[in-house]
Amino acid sequence: MATRSIVPFGPQHPVLPEPIHLDLVLEDETVVEAIPSIGFIHRGLEKLVEKKDFNEMVYVAERICGICSFMHGMGYSEAVERVMGIEIPARAKYLRVIWSEMSRIHSHLLWLGLLADAFGFESLFMESWRTREKILDMFEYSTGGRVIFSVNKVGGQRKDMDNEMIAEFVKILGGMEKEIRTQSKAFLNDYAVKSRLCDVGFLTMQQARDLGTVGPFMRASGISLDTRKLGYAAYDDLEFEPIISTVGDSYARTDVRIQEIFQSIDLIRQAAAKIPSGEIAVPVKGNPTGEYFMRVEQPRGEALYYIKGNGTKNLDRMRVRTPTFANLPGLIETLKGCQLADVPILILTIDPCISCTER
Amino acid sequence: MSAMSLAQTVLRNLFSKPATRPYPQVARVYPARTRGQIGIDIDACIFCGICSKKCPTGAITVNRAEKSWDIQPFGCIQCGCCVEFCPKKCLAMMQDYTQPSAVKTVSHHAQMPTETAAVTPDAVQ
Repeated sequence: MATRSIVPFGPQHPVLPEPIHLDLVLEDETVVEAIPSIGFIHRGLEKLVEKKDFNEMVYVAERICGICSFMHGMGYSEAVERVMGIEIPARAKYLRVIWSEMSRIHSHLLWLGLLADAFGFESLFMESWRTREKILDMFEYSTGGRVIFSVNKVGGQRKDMDNEMIAEFVKILGGMEKEIRTQSKAFLNDYAVKSRLCDVGFLTMQQARDLGTVGPFMRASGISLDTRKLGYAAYDDLEFEPIISTVGDSYARTDVRIQEIFQSIDLIRQAAAKIPSGEIAVPVKGNPTGEYFMRVEQPRGEALYYIKGNGTKNLDRMRVRTPTFANLPGLIETLKGCQLADVPILILTIDPCISCTER
Repeated sequence: MSAMSLAQTVLRNLFSKPATRPYPQVARVYPARTRGQIGIDIDACIFCGICSKKCPTGAITVNRAEKSWDIQPFGCIQCGCCVEFCPKKCLAMMQDYTQPSAVKTVSHHAQMPTETAAVTPDAVQ
């Protein structure tokens, strides 16, 4: 029997953008067990509900994550709107869809770049980040910020996009689609890339279900589940089917995310064609009383917002369960039996966002 | 990826302009909506204090007695709430960002009693 040794991995590691620590129990080069520990960057954002008025809390919510900041703000706003029984105008719903899908494209392109960087394909990393830059410019053009947008509020949106702007964005996305198609050939067909991604880090459908994984990580194992299908914002008016793969390895996760970029571009096109004119916000009166669980599909998977209001301007409780937290048990399962050299890529394939997880 | 498409990528990158800008020779042109920092037309201000009440971070201080309006640029999150709620529309979101600083400054603006009101320079706290 090989001798066992424990290799500490993280919290500071070249491949990790954010701090997570794993104790890898190795037999020779094979991982037999991985013990995760998180808690390096807890910021206590949930506690702030006691100090911030529920309208101001949107700005805290969108600072939970730097990548899906729009969707955190939207998830929080939708949850409070459901508690208060506010129906937001149709145009605001479509604006939420457009910005959400732009965030998804931005997040997936960022992830593809990080993945390329992790398996040592520097030029592919640069290519996908160059494409991503266009999305950031579109965000700045429409919301005024590249990372934090401040366009959500309880009761609708704070900024509108006129139809010319949306048409311009659809045109830019058309050009981006071509670029991403070229890049996806490198990600999906390249021999060297395939040798790093294929047949490593399997997660079966049953394991994905038992361990409660979410998002592209789950869909790559064959579970067809997408929270957008619940029909929040304007998703019930748009036609799309969750993208799945039945293979369940790292390659399948890359494939699912790449196809989701094209799906998002298609959703923006649909939304641009259907967006009605009108108001973008309704006035909000009173304070929230009651509780609600809101589920939104973020680029990394399903995020859950729990809101409890007590009739005052401060909420009693806000709880966020982020997709990375749900995917950690699945990650630990995929790490078992893999080679030490594959660990960085396997950690990346769940698209970890530790800042979200610890809030 | 075939050798042909690789050659295409190489040639395109070789003959196209760089994706980056030669900063600082070429300055960035910000879009109209860029949320850089808050500016005030102090002469039009009525010191109602709504901006300081609406500010989520409490970065704005309004002193009605002294007719002064202070903002901590490093506490401001550029959400634009103050601009949205200002009744006299004397606040504006400017496109340029706050200059980096080693200390957290306070930007002080006061209305002069005379007609030729002027803005005092930034005071270091």
